Amino acid sequence: MAAAALPADGSGPVADVTIVGAGVVGTAVARELAQYRLSVILVDAANDVGTGTTKANTAILHTGFDADPGSLESRLLARGSTLLRDYAARACIPVERTGALLVAWTAEQERELPSIADKAGQNGYHAIRPVPAARLYEREPHLGPGARAGLEIPDESIVCPWTTPLAYATEAVRAGARLLLDTRVTGMQTSGGEHRLATTRGTLRSRWVINAAGLQSDRVDAMAGGDGGFTITPRRGELIVFDKLARPLLSSILLPVPTARSKGVLVAPTVYGNVLLGPTAQDVKDRGDTATTADGLAFLRESGRRIVPALLDEEVTATYAGLRAATEHRDYQIRVDPARRYACAAGIRSTGLSASLGIAEHLVDQLGGAGLALRRRADTAGPPAMPYIGQSGTRPYQDAARIATDPDYGRIVCHCERVTRGEIRDALASTVPPADTDGLRRRTRALNGRCQGFFCAAHVGELMAAGPGGDA
Amino acid sequence: MNADVLVVGAGPAGLAAAIELRRLGAGRILVADREREAGGIPRHSAHTGYGLRDLRRVMTGPAYARHYAQAAALAGAEIRSGSTVTGWAQDRVAILTSPDGIETIAARAVLLATGCRERPRTARLVPGDRPSGVMTTGELQQRVYLAGQRLPGRALVVGAEHVSFSAMVTLAHAGADVVALVTERPRQQSYAAFALGAALRWRVPVWTSAAVRLVLGRDRLTAVDVADLRTGAVRRVACDTLVFTGDWIPDHEQARLAGAAIDPGTRGPAVDTALATSVPAVFAAGNLVHAAETADVAALDGLHAARHIAAALAGPSERGRPRSGERAGATVPITVAAPLAWISPNAIRDPAPPPPRGRFLLRSEVFRRRAWLEVRQGDRLLARARARLIPGRPVHLNAGWLAGVQVSDTPVLVTVADDG
Repeated sequence: MAAAALPADGSGPVADVTIVGAGVVGTAVARELAQYRLSVILVDAANDVGTGTTKANTAILHTGFDADPGSLESRLLARGSTLLRDYAARACIPVERTGALLVAWTAEQERELPSIADKAGQNGYHAIRPVPAARLYEREPHLGPGARAGLEIPDESIVCPWTTPLAYATEAVRAGARLLLDTRVTGMQTSGGEHRLATTRGTLRSRWVINAAGLQSDRVDAMAGGDGGFTITPRRGELIVFDKLARPLLSSILLPVPTARSKGVLVAPTVYGNVLLGPTAQDVKDRGDTATTADGLAFLRESGRRIVPALLDEEVTATYAGLRAATEHRDYQIRVDPARRYACAAGIRSTGLSASLGIAEHLVDQLGGAGLALRRRADTAGPPAMPYIGQSGTRPYQDAARIATDPDYGRIVCHCERVTRGEIRDALASTVPPADTDGLRRRTRALNGRCQGFFCAAHVGELMAAGPGGDA
Repeated sequence: MNADVLVVGAGPAGLAAAIELRRLGAGRILVADREREAGGIPRHSAHTGYGLRDLRRVMTGPAYARHYAQAAALAGAEIRSGSTVTGWAQDRVAILTSPDGIETIAARAVLLATGCRERPRTARLVPGDRPSGVMTTGELQQRVYLAGQRLPGRALVVGAEHVSFSAMVTLAHAGADVVALVTERPRQQSYAAFALGAALRWRVPVWTSAAVRLVLGRDRLTAVDVADLRTGAVRRVACDTLVFTGDWIPDHEQARLAGAAIDPGTRGPAVDTALATSVPAVFAAGNLVHAAETADVAALDGLHAARHIAAALAGPSERGRPRSGERAGATVPITVAAPLAWISPNAIRDPAPPPPRGRFLLRSEVFRRRAWLEVRQGDRLLARARARLIPGRPVHLNAGWLAGVQVSDTPVLVTVADDG
């Protein structure tokens, strides 16, 4: 949504709360605040929601079984994943409870299994149970040779990382929040009980500012005069996505035994019916460096060959890299400064998608305690019904009744992902529409399949150019 | 709905088969195609050269596509474009989505003619940023010839086979300045005249023994790193468009969903010399079984498959099912060893009719001006034949040795003899 220019002199109205960063955390906070009688602005430098750390993760809805016991992350993950499971069901966000198998490949890893199960118990997760090697191979016949033992975590799930922030943003915008994309915050001044945010589109005025800027959160913290207690070091994770024809090779998420530094390389189904392999973990300096590397991709293929050897025979449909907003701290950096009317939710390395609703609930509760007047609105509409892009439920091309009401749901444009003209049209006319083809990919899956546009890129381009209600 | 034959894919192979099936009186022939218009890939290949081997004349791709679509309709085949086979309810019962809704089509026989595609950048694991401006030839042709797009700026083509030169011409037509064709091979794989023409008319060089190692550009493509495989030297080449050409893979989703065994070499369904797959009464033809040959070769495949399908339907076995598709005789697989990449057809079912055009198609990974191909079953040498090997170009092997194959568990193996 291209925002109109803002008054350069800051003569616009004063918002109650401005959230900097429209990732999964920022949109979740906006959604939460939209339940109250508050004027809310959500601002992001990118042209879409969820384009930073949010879009490039492993798309797993974690239970938090392996979090640090007693940490804020542990608590908000447990709470957030419960909330998101419920929200997803209501908002048509694709979720599948595939369960996870954590597999030990060495004697040393096998010895660590009991302590991982213990830790899960300390995190309040008690459904974890040991699985002997023979049972691992019954469950996952394509698992590579050499697995010694494992743990089953039956509630680990997979989720759509794109629909989730879109649903939050859609609900917030429909409840009156103002979403300003393509709008980079460049500075902040505070006087007379009011923040003035200089942006690339003009000046915003706000009583409260919430920093949910992910990879830029330390810089925004410095602008806001925060306590500067953290520095972001982007940690790059490269991933490989395999074609849907690989999906029958596994039924659960296959996790490695984690190390102190990383959760390691996993193989997981995706809600779209693909198989994902990754991530790597490499600290980088450049906060925009989402390039894949020859070494990273080779390392992933080596890892994948051990976990599910047959996977390597399948076609790759995508490779990408994401940046996790790691800090020098192990735990989330969530703090509220009542005197400055400033709050910060940072250092949410890789669990933000799972914890997002827990983080938002916690933060808004803290804001209430810090003096933000929280008066519930009577007229909230609840979660929006998002277009369903998963594979376990019914997609429009499979829905005879829907095609009968509108033949465009029977006109398949993207053949690999079976995206119909009706779905593309709906995305272009949606509350938070795509700004470009990548945005359309995230909303519909068009162009994300095995042919990567060989068959349909020109047609999709025509539909995109024609816009909502256009004819191509 | 019922059909005698369901043809999946209205490209040259599927349409030629439909015409022949109607001519042979095979009954109700339904051709389903997911694109908005029938005709297949030739619809957006504006260059000429189509029709040589099948129609004995030469025309452009779009004219050739129109010719086949009209001829199939005139022959009485029902062509359903905009209709996608999304899966199979059971053997030979297809699930079809179209603007009219969802139908199941029960057929006595099925011909899969779903063609092939080029491997995109992602499948080739070329690392770097993910900017726009990176595409396959298929996307390029549709952008330029179907959507009328211009592509100003510098362009680089990955590959140096026929399709790569076609991409070069398309880019030039769209206003691009083509910097070079880049190939990891030691030389180009197309006709010498194409390479010479590229050098003289378009002033486009072929960089051999070179590979694109990195893609740069956060939003739009800005440059690529090209490595010289002989020296290891890497240079940065500024460009706005990068086209990945060739490296074909069959579009085999429906074959796999139908349960057909996949040949590890072609990656298409394994087929015998009648073009029957491992699933009874399910046949496959065209670039689904040999990615990629020219359109006329695909059309002749369709003709070949149609004759075997018609024969199977005309002479039902005692259980009322087509004979040819059943595993009447045991099959003997045909395999190849490096430097050969694949052979098609790749199974022999007793009794074995000749393959399409009386010969097998093979692919080589290396150049050899004069090589000996040897065909063996176990210790028995069945045939020796001269061949010229060029990667990406067809290598033909006459099928005269078929009668010497013994029905056994021992596969037939085709190799390149060491003595060259």
